[in-house]
Amino acid sequence: MEALLHQVLAGLATGGIYASLALALVMIYQATHLVNFAQGEMAMFCTYIAWSLVNAGVPYWGAFFLTVGIAFVLGVAIERIIIRPVQNGPVLGIVVVFIGLLVILYSIAGWIYTYTIKTFPSPFPSEALFGIRYMSPHQVGAIGVTLVVLVLLYAFFRFTPLGLAMRAAAQNPVSARLVGIRVGWMLALGWGLASAIGAIAGMMVAPIVYLDPGMMGGVLLYAFAAALLGGIENPWGAVAGGFIVGVAENVLGAFVIGNELKLAVALVLIIGVLLVKPSGIFGRVHVVRV
Amino acid sequence: MTRKNLVLLLVLLAVACVLPFLVTDYRTFQFTLVLIYAIALLGLNILTGYNGQISLGHGAFYAIGAYAAAILMDKFGVPYWLTIPAAGAVCLVAGFLFGLPALRLEGLYLALATFALGVTVPQLLKYHHVEQWTGGVQGIVIAKPEAPFGLPLSADQWLYYFTLAITVVMFLFGWNLLRGRVGRALVAIRDHHIAAEAMGINNALYKSLAFGVSAMYTGIAGALGAIAVQFVAPDSFNVFLSIVFLVGIVVGGLASISGAIYGALFIQFIPNFADEISKAAPWAIFGVLMIGFVYLMPTGVAGAIRMLRARWAARQTVSMKVKLKEETP
Repeated sequence: MEALLHQVLAGLATGGIYASLALALVMIYQATHLVNFAQGEMAMFCTYIAWSLVNAGVPYWGAFFLTVGIAFVLGVAIERIIIRPVQNGPVLGIVVVFIGLLVILYSIAGWIYTYTIKTFPSPFPSEALFGIRYMSPHQVGAIGVTLVVLVLLYAFFRFTPLGLAMRAAAQNPVSARLVGIRVGWMLALGWGLASAIGAIAGMMVAPIVYLDPGMMGGVLLYAFAAALLGGIENPWGAVAGGFIVGVAENVLGAFVIGNELKLAVALVLIIGVLLVKPSGIFGRVHVVRV
Repeated sequence: MTRKNLVLLLVLLAVACVLPFLVTDYRTFQFTLVLIYAIALLGLNILTGYNGQISLGHGAFYAIGAYAAAILMDKFGVPYWLTIPAAGAVCLVAGFLFGLPALRLEGLYLALATFALGVTVPQLLKYHHVEQWTGGVQGIVIAKPEAPFGLPLSADQWLYYFTLAITVVMFLFGWNLLRGRVGRALVAIRDHHIAAEAMGINNALYKSLAFGVSAMYTGIAGALGAIAVQFVAPDSFNVFLSIVFLVGIVVGGLASISGAIYGALFIQFIPNFADEISKAAPWAIFGVLMIGFVYLMPTGVAGAIRMLRARWAARQTVSMKVKLKEETP
């Protein structure tokens, strides 16, 4: 029983990280109806930037916020320069561009920082937090950071004029443009935000999986599964999906199928959801007139 | 096919036949790999280029083909030439079965599901319950076949001719398939699936069949690849292999048979040159080229060559007309 509890709590901690990345995917999907295959690699690259900053002597939280800022700029730049020209083209072209982006970021990271595995510092103290026995302080901290990000995002979209403009641009670009919203820039902002959230997820997962150019491959797959499970158009669903996938992965990995087949859980989930309920648990069903 | 094209093709084939006597054994081995990649790329092109179903997981079928061949040779002592059709059959079934659920997925979602397949398969191959067949992380080592009937060829040269023969057969089969009724149906589904359905094309059947045939091509390439490299291990079939195939068809030319050969030459030789700059350089070049081709040359090398030839032919006819006008007073 205690072992189960331990696995469930550990699952919640990694689930929080999946939830953040899934949220980043959903943000881009909502705005542009694209699934960003390079999301994981963008997060990985930003985590390397954070690592350089920390190694250069910047205090952790300073490096953290600086990286989030850099990630935001990077996201906006990628949308403006690389994605925009192909946005309305055929799907295959878009997928190829995303994969190209993934490969470029992967190889640049390998080029600059080499492929050797690096440790990444955790900002949280090493002794148990709040007397919680079952979770490491980093796990508690990662969940806390995820929740803070969620609350901030919710507040941003719900209570600020800019958030409202972004929602309008995503929901109905034509009408939004008619009332004077610059839709193109709203999409770019969405990319920036998604990239920043991804960077946070990367910095939270790096102390657990260690830093190397391929570290986000598996994480991205779980995030895809989480986003699909919750409904790819529903941010709350993506977060819930993230936690569900995190717990399922840990519990199944520990007790049922063994650690070797953990990734297969993601594959089965992705295909299963797409087959049985393509709109996800919390998503809306779309009806298209032909 | 015009007469000019036929002559060109025969000349090309003749060059391919004398090639092993002109270059070293190592180069011959590299050209064998080019032929193998060409088969795999043709397979992916049938699915993605002609039928419009995006696959980011064809490395998985390549892996299944390679493992089918390696296990048959290593555990059951099957001769190497028999493993090729066996691997093809296994992958035909595997591809068809994966194609059935894939019917419900379109565009980005299919890309996602196949991406998941490509990431997962190497991990499944390491699974300890199948280790007695797959050899786990260590993989399987197989012997290189020697030339039969006492032919005066080195093992590399013999394998090159063996691969060349299979490549020619596979390309003939592909060409025949794609220019006829089936090929037209595949293209019709890609361009407008509802209109295709209205014309009486069984979308479900053709789409899953395209998946099966495509996987069969890639599986046969995988089996040949395992024999050529003499080794299979889970980590040589990671998701980046699938991405290499995608690079190959984008660079070579989507929905083009000759594009498979240009793409194969590209993915075999460009990394060799780029490796001298840095270990990461091939991938950076691949990435930049992928984006560059989508922006500037969406039809790939094959499309560019087609365009140049058309332009040249147009100029010929214009100059001929001018000449005729000058001659007739």
